Amino acid sequence: MSDTVIKDIASSRKEEIRSGFKTKELVLSMGPQHPSTHGVLRLVLELDGETVVKCTPYVGYLHRGTEKLCENRTYLNALPLSDRLDYIVSMANNVGYVLAVERLFGIEAPPRAKYIRTIVSEMARISGHIIWLATHALDLGAMTVFLYSFREREWILDLFEHLCGARLTTSYPRIGGVRNDVTEEFLDSLYEFTEEFPKRIEEYETLIDQNRIWLQRTKGIGVISAEEAINWGLTGPVLRGSGVPYDVRKFAPYDAYPWVDFEVPVGKNGDVYDRYRVRMQELRQSTRIIRQCIERMPKGPIMAPDAPKFTLPPKERVMSDMESLIHHFVLITKGPIAAPEGEIYSAIEAPKGELGFYIVSDGTGKPYRLRLRSPSFVHASVLPRLCEGHLVADVIANIGTIDIVLGECDR
Amino acid sequence: MEPLQIAGILKDRFPEEVKEIKEFRGQVSVVVKRDRIIDLIKFLKEEPEIQMDYLRDLTAVDWLGKKVPRFEVVYHLYSIKFRHMIRIKAEVPEEDPVIDSIVPLYAGANWHERECFDMFGIQFRGHPDMRRILLPEDWEGYPLRKDYPLEGYRDEREWSGFKEVLKIAKENRKYDWYGEER
Repeated sequence: MSDTVIKDIASSRKEEIRSGFKTKELVLSMGPQHPSTHGVLRLVLELDGETVVKCTPYVGYLHRGTEKLCENRTYLNALPLSDRLDYIVSMANNVGYVLAVERLFGIEAPPRAKYIRTIVSEMARISGHIIWLATHALDLGAMTVFLYSFREREWILDLFEHLCGARLTTSYPRIGGVRNDVTEEFLDSLYEFTEEFPKRIEEYETLIDQNRIWLQRTKGIGVISAEEAINWGLTGPVLRGSGVPYDVRKFAPYDAYPWVDFEVPVGKNGDVYDRYRVRMQELRQSTRIIRQCIERMPKGPIMAPDAPKFTLPPKERVMSDMESLIHHFVLITKGPIAAPEGEIYSAIEAPKGELGFYIVSDGTGKPYRLRLRSPSFVHASVLPRLCEGHLVADVIANIGTIDIVLGECDR
Repeated sequence: MEPLQIAGILKDRFPEEVKEIKEFRGQVSVVVKRDRIIDLIKFLKEEPEIQMDYLRDLTAVDWLGKKVPRFEVVYHLYSIKFRHMIRIKAEVPEEDPVIDSIVPLYAGANWHERECFDMFGIQFRGHPDMRRILLPEDWEGYPLRKDYPLEGYRDEREWSGFKEVLKIAKENRKYDWYGEER
């Protein structure tokens, strides 16, 4: 039975029921640790029967004061903190952070480092979207997808481990480049992944695309129009599901994105189903980007060679060259003290949406103010708009579709 | 449109309000007075040639001991149609940290303003739900102010919830293998 039919019956019977019984609104506290809330999110739902009258989200259970911590650390030391924002796609956060600092300092990474960073951000996007698909489908009752998608995520994490030794908290990019060069085995294995992965995406789709329960629970649910989505500040797949082709990779290209071909998939109706379609298409585009990057990657240095006051010198130079030793010592102990005074807002397209860094520098080795504009925080704020007036079962679909990670939301 | 052009239009339109225009690495900041902030942002949002329809970010900066007035509320506005961005910085004094809320213009400003209040203690006049958001309701102090210590307060201003946990831990220590001393 479709929702509209349920609602029609509900409204026609409402007065009848009201006159017969005394009813009152029920307040349901969902979370902080409800299985279908992603992370420690608490929702207080006021219910009239099965309909949500009012929804109040409570966030902050994972608040660690990342912004304050960053203000008390040097630019180099603050990098590992960005891992802990959106811990599923830490690589993308790292890239966003180093890019913001590079823009502030006015330095640029060499082309090879740019290609490597593009590859790892797209790998992070694939891993993030896979997790989203797995948990979202699990919330809506399709358990098999979970097991299938974790298989591919494992592959990506193994590749990350091969690349930098860490699976989740990577801290791989550096200000001015990346930490170490990629190996041939890594590129071979990744290329094999890009050949295999499109087939796996089709596997996921055969599992749920024709599933009637899936379609009923996603089509026409959580609808938000394009104008309203922009007004709420939504970004990423959530905005593109409403048909707005806003993508930072296209609107303000960074790293190697201007040099590769890809499309920005958009939806039409702005419902849960369209956002699912957008993300599935993005998985394909990410594979395409990675493949192009591997094919076109030039040889060359991986750290900006012309900015010794901002980037760490190679280890062998530190041991043999006096200048490099001094730069290394100052960078580690005091931070990049030649940082210019000024402020910069730099954004990247993280898997969840626009991840922005607003850095105010006062010319010392530490950021004077570092603000994180995280997509999950903005997306969580739209939950009342999506849930109010709809059924309580759709709350689960709405939490899943906005794709929030509370580590990033609470910072 | 170039960001400097937009700043110029803004200066022509609100000569009293705009105090300073700065450029750094291609991004333009306009320092304004706080009194007519709503009119100013409404103008940027609705002017057909500018159309800043998307509020990218809203935050504040504490300039303790470096600038007077002490706070700046920073708005990052972006136009998805024309792909240009501008940064508006409204000055807010320490004695009276109040500024008008822009929730009527951008629904997404709601949580940003609540966070700003939570972290800096800046009140937003006309906000529909001015409560703390990330910290507990009974938290004392505003952590992102520069005079707030990094480790938080260690005296009676410490959060009551944490004091309770410490008390329970102390009570439970008598069941510890090594006794209460440890």
